[in-house]
Amino acid sequence: MTDHTRSMTPIIEARNLHKRFGTFTAVDDLSFRVEKGEFFGVLGPNGAGKTTAIRMIYGFSPLTSGSMRVFGLNIEQGWREIRSRLGVCQQENTLDPDLTVEQNLLLFAGYFSLPKVIAGQRSRELLEYFALEHKKQAKVEHLSGGMARRLMLARALINDPELVILDEPTTGLDPQSRHQVWDKLKELRSRGLTMLLTTHYMEEAAWLCDRLIIVDHGKILVEGTPRALIREHAGDSVVEVETPSEALREFTRSRNLQHDDLGNRLIIYNTLGPDLEHQLRGAFCDQTCTFRQGSLEDVFLRLTGRGLRE
Amino acid sequence: MSRAGRYSPRLLRVWRRNLVVYRRIWKVNFLVPLLEPLFYLLAFGIGFSRLVGDVMYAGQELTYVAFIAPALLATAIMFNAFYETTFASFVRMYYQKTFDAMLSTPLSLEEVITAEILWGATKSVLAAGLMLLVIALFGLVRLPEGLWVLPLAFLGGMAFGAVGMYFTGITPTIDMFNLPIFLFVTPLFLFSGTFFPVAGLPVWAQIVAWASPLYHLVELSRWAVMGRMESSALVSLGYLLLFSGVFFGLAVRAMRRRLIK
Repeated sequence: MTDHTRSMTPIIEARNLHKRFGTFTAVDDLSFRVEKGEFFGVLGPNGAGKTTAIRMIYGFSPLTSGSMRVFGLNIEQGWREIRSRLGVCQQENTLDPDLTVEQNLLLFAGYFSLPKVIAGQRSRELLEYFALEHKKQAKVEHLSGGMARRLMLARALINDPELVILDEPTTGLDPQSRHQVWDKLKELRSRGLTMLLTTHYMEEAAWLCDRLIIVDHGKILVEGTPRALIREHAGDSVVEVETPSEALREFTRSRNLQHDDLGNRLIIYNTLGPDLEHQLRGAFCDQTCTFRQGSLEDVFLRLTGRGLRE
Repeated sequence: MSRAGRYSPRLLRVWRRNLVVYRRIWKVNFLVPLLEPLFYLLAFGIGFSRLVGDVMYAGQELTYVAFIAPALLATAIMFNAFYETTFASFVRMYYQKTFDAMLSTPLSLEEVITAEILWGATKSVLAAGLMLLVIALFGLVRLPEGLWVLPLAFLGGMAFGAVGMYFTGITPTIDMFNLPIFLFVTPLFLFSGTFFPVAGLPVWAQIVAWASPLYHLVELSRWAVMGRMESSALVSLGYLLLFSGVFFGLAVRAMRRRLIK
């Protein structure tokens, strides 16, 4: 394959994916494409079908129907080559607790049939890159949460993959560790690595992803860049009003403003620019108004609802 | 994906992973197979054999210790492989998520499962080799023919490793292994011509013993160690091969159902 044709082929091309477990439909006609070099996000509440969709990419979950092509290869026939060219950083810690940090990388390299010299070289580079060199003889169980996560990332990169799948890579990390992981992911992205991310942290998705989809009940609700999605569904700015007056409610209705009424709190999504903000500030706000920028979290909650899922 | 395409020599990488872990604590791993036969031979040789005297087996009088020594080898082969592919594999699969990690690499499920069973058989060979050494020091092994125990340990290890992996595929929690241990392994251990000859038993008991894979392994082990057996070596070999093959197939199917969702 020449470089030219490769650049034309999307890294992931999922068409009309379906997955049923008995009568439950986990993935319901999902289609998406991930282009080379993209940082692509898959967001959704728990049980939305994200993890199932991700597992389909590396052939861990057979499709009920539809087609999944990765690197232009069909997952049914090309699973081994696909897996040899991608890296997966799973949600749970799947590090091998019977082995040391370094052995985790070296033996994993063996599963990819990397030659010993290259495996050693890659593992040295990755331990250095993720600041784990001093821990290379440590047992995995003695690593902190942040270190274990960094080792998971290092292991996902051991085969020099063209695509990395990150399933909630920062869940459970403290802010320092999380920012460190983000910096590393940003850096890898700038080197042209294609990445697919799922996360519950909207801030993370907004900061990292070039483009994302929000999934619920196995279907795609929206697709776009974080900025465009925020502009479209949350407006330029958001006004939150505690214990809103009836007058404000009336105003909101009469002006046909986008809003969510939570009873003791009214959230107005301002798509009309600074004039509306001034108006609100003058007429309805004493101390109980919060003016802030629209965020991906607003988009997510507006689209998937505020009800608890579990 | 075609079935044949799911098997490749890459599975040896998984086998090697288990070897690396085994070598980390090899002294502990070696201790059990070295001490176990000592304990048994001392207990039965000093204590029990005075009660039972000699044993008639395959038309020959044998001391009780000479009679049970090859059976100890066979039961160790069974226990080593069976415990490896039940408790140890279950821990790797369920608690350590080792298989989940492996299945995000170019390894297939079939390769991971095959390697686990192969590793169980390898542990059987290692244990049988160490025990053979101890038993040989008691002068109870004819050499070099006794070395046939090693390939037999591999075959027996495949048989019991495969059936263990099948139980791992269908057992919901690790505590539930008590069931196959109590209903399968323990009866085999006691009623497979291990501690008393099958020939003297009622016909129905002989038939039950004949169905036991351990009986055939014990028989083959006696043949290797003493050059004597009461049944046919070819039939016993055939039975163990068939048993391994059937449970290998069932194990792979059960694990595929369990892991690929």
